[in-house]
Amino acid sequence: MTRVAGLLDFRRLDLLATGDSSLHRLDPRAKVIVTLVFIICAMSFDRYAVAPLIPFFVFPIAVIATARLPIAFLSRKVALVLPVALLIALPNPWFDREVLLQLAGLEFSGGWISLLSIMLRSLLAAAAAIALVAVTGFPAICAALGRMGMPRPLAVQLLFLYRYMTVLGEEAVRMTVAREQRGGGPLSIRLYGALVGRLLLRTWDRAERIYLAMCARGFTGDFGSGQPSRLGRPDIAYVAGWCGLFLLLRTQDVTQWLGAAVLGALR
Amino acid sequence: MSHHLVEARGLSHVYADGTVALADVSFRITHGESVAIIGANGAGKSTLLMHLNGHLSPTSGEVRIGETPLTKETLPAIRRTVGLVLQDPDDQLFMPTVYDDVAFGPRNQSLPEVEVGRRVQAALERVGIWHVRGKPPYRLSGGEKKRAAIAGVLAMAPDILVMDEPTSGLDPYARRQLIGLLGEFRHTRVFTSHDLDMVLDLCPRTIVLLEGAVMADGSTQDVFADDALLSRCRLERPLALQACPVCGTKRF
Repeated sequence: MTRVAGLLDFRRLDLLATGDSSLHRLDPRAKVIVTLVFIICAMSFDRYAVAPLIPFFVFPIAVIATARLPIAFLSRKVALVLPVALLIALPNPWFDREVLLQLAGLEFSGGWISLLSIMLRSLLAAAAAIALVAVTGFPAICAALGRMGMPRPLAVQLLFLYRYMTVLGEEAVRMTVAREQRGGGPLSIRLYGALVGRLLLRTWDRAERIYLAMCARGFTGDFGSGQPSRLGRPDIAYVAGWCGLFLLLRTQDVTQWLGAAVLGALR
Repeated sequence: MSHHLVEARGLSHVYADGTVALADVSFRITHGESVAIIGANGAGKSTLLMHLNGHLSPTSGEVRIGETPLTKETLPAIRRTVGLVLQDPDDQLFMPTVYDDVAFGPRNQSLPEVEVGRRVQAALERVGIWHVRGKPPYRLSGGEKKRAAIAGVLAMAPDILVMDEPTSGLDPYARRQLIGLLGEFRHTRVFTSHDLDMVLDLCPRTIVLLEGAVMADGSTQDVFADDALLSRCRLERPLALQACPVCGTKRF
């Protein structure tokens, strides 16, 4: 049943986008741009950066708070990237043993610091992306990317991926249930191959039927969309404000300022 | 009114693997008729429907819609005339929301957005699901999905409705509601179905297929009275025409 629950989770994320907050009402393009600039700024630090990344958490937290998104639910979604990030970063402590930091008698090699840095960046990127989906909705993001110059076939592919993820997921769940029903023990590679192959063939058939349905309604390769929204003053303010902050955080050592200010106040 | 005609002349279809799906099928369906195409699994019903909308091209013979033969050149016009509703609404509802999905056809016709909105509202109100317009398709019930798929086709303002298994997968109430809705349409209608009671309710005329050939084409009452024909074609009388198991009386 865990798999079924996974599907419902996805639907819940989708439902969040139907909410109504000042963030939900912004033009999707503004939100996409801010998220992209955020990710680029956070990702472009050098590999040992840890402290400068911390202030970037203000963005996902602000979005989640303003849009009143369920934080526990989103945290679980964000945490899903951690194992993947760990897998990528795990070899670093072995390959990079040069000691960079000594703290309370413990020595930290460059590898451990870059591992921490990778984990932080993954969290930041995942949090920003999931918050974007939760306040915008996947279809609107695709439309925004399309209007910002992403090739149309790619935008259409993404839309279909979104639409049929649940249908395909349900098919996969049905196949799994059918297998377990008949006492299917551990999944061998051969069986796994057969199941995935079956799923691919079903997908193929479905794709053909969908195309047929599209042609039946006069599809000519062009996806019409409703009345396009226009960038208003709040959208421009949103983009300018956040991007300005990200650039500041990227180019200036804000953590050090803050640290100095706090220490100064303590003295 | 002539463009409401559907005609097959000596229509044959052989699939690439050599399977003969249709063998010399001929019929003429005239304006406003409601016709059922019935037959066992694999009798060629779906293949025939694919031909009526130009998704398959005949191995021999031809399809004419109105007085126009179906060719590559006439295909776009014919697809506007013939609205095809597939069996599985999930195949047909591919846009993010019901509204966008119903708007898909009119937008492909490059209609102004105001007119698109008008058509979408009219189509969704016609099938009684205007209130779910903002929902994504996966949050609809089976009956609502079916209605949304039909609205998507109605929004194209077709003259002819072609529907594959309209009542499959619906609960009795949703099925009854849908039959009521389909009975109100004044289009030329062609249905395939295994739901023979629906056929009895909706279609005065029935065409029976067996292994790709037309076995019978006539009044539904006559077809369902011919037990020898029905059993040869792996069919049986609709329940409404069978004697009641409790009291032994018939409804019709």
